[in-house]
Amino acid sequence: MTQSLHYLKESASQTAGPYVHIGLAPGAAGFKTFDVELGQTLAPAGVAGQRVHIEGTVYDGLGAPVKDILIEVWQADSNGIYPHPEDPRAAQCAPGFRGWGRVISDFDTGVFAFDTIKPGPVPGRNGSTQAPHLSLWLVSRGINIGLNTRMYFPEDSGLHASDPVLNSIEQRGRVATLIATQTAPGQYHFDIHLQGARETVFIDI
Amino acid sequence: MTPTPKLAEFYMRDRAMQPPAHHPGYKTSVPRSPRNALLTLQQTVSEITGPTFGHSDIAALDNDLTLNFGHGGMPVGERIILQGRVLDENARPVPNTLVEIWQANASGRYRHKKDAYLGALDPNFGGCGRTLTDANGSYAFRTIKPGPYPWLNYVNSWRPAHIHVSVFGTSFSQRLITQLYFEGDPLIAKCPIVQTIPDPAAVQQLIAALDLNSAVPMDCLAYKFDIVLRGRRSTLFENRLEGN
Repeated sequence: MTQSLHYLKESASQTAGPYVHIGLAPGAAGFKTFDVELGQTLAPAGVAGQRVHIEGTVYDGLGAPVKDILIEVWQADSNGIYPHPEDPRAAQCAPGFRGWGRVISDFDTGVFAFDTIKPGPVPGRNGSTQAPHLSLWLVSRGINIGLNTRMYFPEDSGLHASDPVLNSIEQRGRVATLIATQTAPGQYHFDIHLQGARETVFIDI
Repeated sequence: MTPTPKLAEFYMRDRAMQPPAHHPGYKTSVPRSPRNALLTLQQTVSEITGPTFGHSDIAALDNDLTLNFGHGGMPVGERIILQGRVLDENARPVPNTLVEIWQANASGRYRHKKDAYLGALDPNFGGCGRTLTDANGSYAFRTIKPGPYPWLNYVNSWRPAHIHVSVFGTSFSQRLITQLYFEGDPLIAKCPIVQTIPDPAAVQQLIAALDLNSAVPMDCLAYKFDIVLRGRRSTLFENRLEGN
């Protein structure tokens, strides 16, 4: 017998189910319990940065909209700083900016939409620079373990060329699944495909 | 002089303990599961950071589901305290982290505009709560034990009594949603959602234990449920991630 390592094991994930809104967005479930629901505003008015509006739909493998998706967004501020103690520049992060929000799709159409500020580029490993991106985490009925992906902005193509995540995608045709399209100044469209020919690149973070 | 350990990436997920995206026995996972391999990423500052929460985010009754719906009466059902700790894989407590729960009522009915089960709604029960762990990683809720309910996976599938649990940890890579089951429930072994978990020990880890010592005599029973999030490397000899 060898010695024991004494590590615990991460608890197993289970689907958030169809009624995830009760816990994480009770107003959408149809009732009020909390004074303030968390995550409804990504960047309150007054937070510095370029305001952006992002809209899209999550599709399943058969091309149907996923009408009960919940997406959490995590992002840096307009200078690429995260409001978190592990970011060495956290003290300079935009005041009032939590960097996090929750987005749910419309129950009838499946369309999701949210407003935020565009993040700045953030440091990567080994001196690299990551292009501005939103980190996304998707949960819903039928998703056994939350799916991580990123959304990038189309106007940053110069930075995309050296972005460590986009560069590590071997099938180059799939890179575009992580890049939104611009529909008007400050307006973006970003669809996510859970499966199929246009399957979004999901990331094992 | 002993060098100070520095924190680096989180341990990679043990996929042998986690449900795969595609599990045909849980039918909805069939069209909602990616079929390509996930992109492997060495963590950056985007993954080792995550949202933080504080006491200003939480109100006093948020962790008491018997009272927080605020309609003046007590909900029907078995009154329970649900308490435990949030730990990481190094068995260290995770303090000040947000824990959110949601559940059906004692009839197995959810207060959600999309739930049409014939089990009755309870006018005194909403079904959601939230709290922050304390310095020891401990948390507690008071609620009622939810009922099992039918769902159309197979024609006669029933969910065991369960409470959904959402936990943040200190980084986006620790983000976890799971479900808590109750000791002794014969429906656990028959549930297609439980069966997505490949390892029997990982299933056992999601079953809350009856904890009579924490029960309140003449008031309510108690169940203990510890939650484990991914652990984090500390390294004596390597540089920190560049830019961190």
